[in-house]
Amino acid sequence: MKFKQIATVALTTLAVSAPVAADLMFPSLSYRTGPYASGGIPFADGYADFFTMLNERDGGIGGEKAVVEECETGFSTPKGVECYEATKNNGALVYQPLSTGITYQLIPKASADGIPVLSSGYGRTASADGTIFPWVFNFPTNYWAGASRIINHIIDNDGALEGKSVALLYHNSGYGKEPIRTLEALAEKHGFNFTKLAVDHPGQEQKSQWLQIRRERPDYLLMWGWGVMNQVAMQEAANIRYPMENFYGIWWSGTELDVLPGMASHGYKAANFSVVGSDFPIYDELQKHVIDKGLAAGDGSSVGSVIYNRGLYAGMVVAEAVRTAQAMHGVSNITPAMMRDGLEALNMNADAYARNGMSGFGPDFQITCEDHGGTQMAIIQEWDGKSQEWKMIGDFEAPDMDVIGPLIQADSEAYAKENDITRRDC
Amino acid sequence: MFYRESGDFKKTYQEDGQTFPIRFDRWRYWVILAIAFLVFPFFMNDYFANAVMIPFLVWAIAALGLNILTGYCGQLSLGTGGFMAVGAYATYKIMTAFPGMDMFSVIILSGFVTAGVGVLFGLPSLRIKGFYLAVATLAAQFFLIWLFNKVPWFYNNSASGQINAPERDIFGIVITGPHATPLATYLFCLIVAVALAWVARNLTRGRLGRSWMAIRDMDIAAEIIGVNPLKAKLSAFAVSSFFVGVAGSLLFSVYLGAAEVTDTFGINVSFMVLFMIIIGGLGSIFGSFVGAAFMVLMPVLLKNILVGGLGWPTDLAAHLEYIIVGGLIIIFLIVEPHGLAQMARVLKEKLRLWPFPH
Repeated sequence: MKFKQIATVALTTLAVSAPVAADLMFPSLSYRTGPYASGGIPFADGYADFFTMLNERDGGIGGEKAVVEECETGFSTPKGVECYEATKNNGALVYQPLSTGITYQLIPKASADGIPVLSSGYGRTASADGTIFPWVFNFPTNYWAGASRIINHIIDNDGALEGKSVALLYHNSGYGKEPIRTLEALAEKHGFNFTKLAVDHPGQEQKSQWLQIRRERPDYLLMWGWGVMNQVAMQEAANIRYPMENFYGIWWSGTELDVLPGMASHGYKAANFSVVGSDFPIYDELQKHVIDKGLAAGDGSSVGSVIYNRGLYAGMVVAEAVRTAQAMHGVSNITPAMMRDGLEALNMNADAYARNGMSGFGPDFQITCEDHGGTQMAIIQEWDGKSQEWKMIGDFEAPDMDVIGPLIQADSEAYAKENDITRRDC
Repeated sequence: MFYRESGDFKKTYQEDGQTFPIRFDRWRYWVILAIAFLVFPFFMNDYFANAVMIPFLVWAIAALGLNILTGYCGQLSLGTGGFMAVGAYATYKIMTAFPGMDMFSVIILSGFVTAGVGVLFGLPSLRIKGFYLAVATLAAQFFLIWLFNKVPWFYNNSASGQINAPERDIFGIVITGPHATPLATYLFCLIVAVALAWVARNLTRGRLGRSWMAIRDMDIAAEIIGVNPLKAKLSAFAVSSFFVGVAGSLLFSVYLGAAEVTDTFGINVSFMVLFMIIIGGLGSIFGSFVGAAFMVLMPVLLKNILVGGLGWPTDLAAHLEYIIVGGLIIIFLIVEPHGLAQMARVLKEKLRLWPFPH
C-alpha cells in the first residue's frame, strides 16, 4: 500500500506541473455539474466565448493571447480551494469564482499571493472598501446594493413600506445570508416588518417555508436563490397563488430557467447589473468569430441567456482592465500586480461600453484606490409571460448609500481588526 | 524474501508486546515516517500541501475517530460532520477569544469541547443500538448544523455566517491564515496525525480498546464478563469525538481557512468519512489512512489525469470521476468486503510464506 500511496502522490504532482504560459491566463472556476449547474454553465460559456472572440478577432488583448483555463468546482468550497491552488502558479491574472463561499476562501489567500479577485455582484460586500481589501474588487454592484435597490423600487412604485411586511427567502449559505444585515437596517429605516426564511442546500425542500408564507402572507417577498432552488420556489409561489408582482429576486434568481411557462410567472421581477437580450453589436461579432466557427464553449445552447450575458460582461470588464493595465505599464504581457493596477484604474464609461459593442450593457462606474465597488447601481427586470421574455423596467439606479455606506465601513473595520490589517493610504 | 522471521526471537515481554512484533513491519513503519518527515518536506509546494497532503491527513484523523467508534466499539454514527463542525466552531471561538494561544492548545481544547458534545449525544447509545443509533446520531448532525446556522454568537455575528481563521502561530511559526507556508502547515498536520494515530493504536491495544471490542462483538457477553457498557460506550464516544473534533478544527483553521457550516460540514461529510472506514477497513488504524487516501486523493488524481493530462472538458471529467470512484468502491467491496486493510493483511500473510507457500 505504501508504494501505491507514493505512486499516487508522484502522479498527482507530475500531472499538475504544467508549463508556465506566456499568455494572459484567466482561470475560470466554473461549475458545470451539480445542483447549481443551470447557472454555472451559461456563465462559464459567456466568459470563455468572450475571450475566444477577442483571440479570433484581435489576436488577443494588446497582442497577447488570452487563455481561459477551466476548473470544475461543483460550487463546493474545498474543491474551489483545490482549483485555486492548481491554477494560481500558471500566471493567473484574476479570479472570478462565481460563488460567495469560494470568494470568502480566496480573499485572504489571493491577497497574500498577490492575485486580484473580482466578484461582480456576489462575494463579500465589504470588499468594496479598497483601503482594507487592496486585491479584491466587487464592482459594479453587490448584494447589499441589490437589496436596497429592490426596496427602493417597491417604495417608488407602491408607496411607503411603513407597517407592511417583507419576507426574505434565502439560500442558507454565505450567499443567502449576505443581504440580511442590510434588510434589517432598511426595515428599521422604513418601518416594515422583516421575516427571514432559510432554505437549505440544495434547495429542493421548501414546503415548510411556503406554508409559513401562505399563513403570514407577507406583502412583499424577496428571494436570494440559486440553481434548482429558484425553480422550486417559483412553482411553490404559483401553487399558493402568491401575487407575482410582489415577488422579487436578486440577479441570480432572474433567469429564463427560473420562470414557469405560460402566464404563471407573469410580473415576477428581479434585480440585475448586466442587461438582458442579445440586441447588441457584440452578438454579431460572437456569431461571426466564435459561433459560426464552431468555437463556442459548452454546447452553445446558452448563448443569449441572462447569465450568459453576465459571463460576457465579466469577460469584458476584465479585458478592459487588462487594456488599462497595458497602457499604464507599457507592457503587453502583464503580471497579476499590474492587473490589479488596471482594475483599480478601470473606467467603465459610455465610450468603454461602446468600444466593446456593448453600449448600455451595464452601469457606468470608475474604480479608485479607495472605492473597489463602483457606483453599485442596479436595474430591475420583469418577466413578461405573454412574450416569454425578460424586459428591463426603469434604469440603472444607485442604492441607498446612507444605509449601505456605514454598513460597509463597519464590516471592513471588523475584518481588518480580526486579521490585523491596517488601512492603507490612498 | 520480505519477511525473514527465522532467528527473530523475543527475549522480553516488552519485545513480545510491541506494536509491530515483526521486524519487517517495524522497518516499513519507520521508513514511511522517515519519508513523511524527512523527504516530503523537500518537495512541499502550495499545491502538494493544500490539495493533496493536508486534506489527506485531516480526513485520516476524522476516519481514525469514526473508526474508534464504529470499527472498534461497534456504534454506528452518522454525526461525524456535525462533530467536525463542533471542533471547527470551538476553534474559531477559542482563536478569537484568546488571540495569544498557540495552535496546539487550540486544537486540543477544541478536541475536548467536541468530546464533551460527543458524550452528550452518545447517551442514547446506552439504550438503542444499530440502525436506531444511526438515526439518533443523524439527528445530532442536523441539530448541530442548525444550531451553528441559527445562533449568531457562534460566528461572531459576521454578515454571511462564515467563520474565518485569523493568523496564529506556534513558537513564532505561522500555522493558520494566508501567510502560513505549506511546509509549516504540512508538518503541523503530520505531527498531529502521527501523534493521534499513535494514541489510537495504543488505546485500542490496551484495556479500554479491548472493552470496546468486547462491546462490539457481543454486548451482553461483555457485560457478563464484567465490562461496564456505560463506561465503554461513552469513552468510545468521547475519544472518537475528540479525534473528529481535532479533524474539524484542522479542516477549518489550517486547510480551508474559512468555513460555512452547511457547505463544509453537511451530511455528505458524515457519509464520506463512513465510506472511508468501510473501504479502508473497520477496526484498523492503517485502514483509516488508506480509506482517507482513497476517498480524498482518487478524485484529485483522476481530475489531474483527465483534465490536466488528457485535456478533456471539465464537466465530462467531473461526471466520469463520480462514475470511476463509485465503480472502484463497488469493485473493492466485492473483491474484499473487509476493506483495503484486509487486503493488506492477506498480502502480508502470503508474503510471510512466500516463496514457499507450503
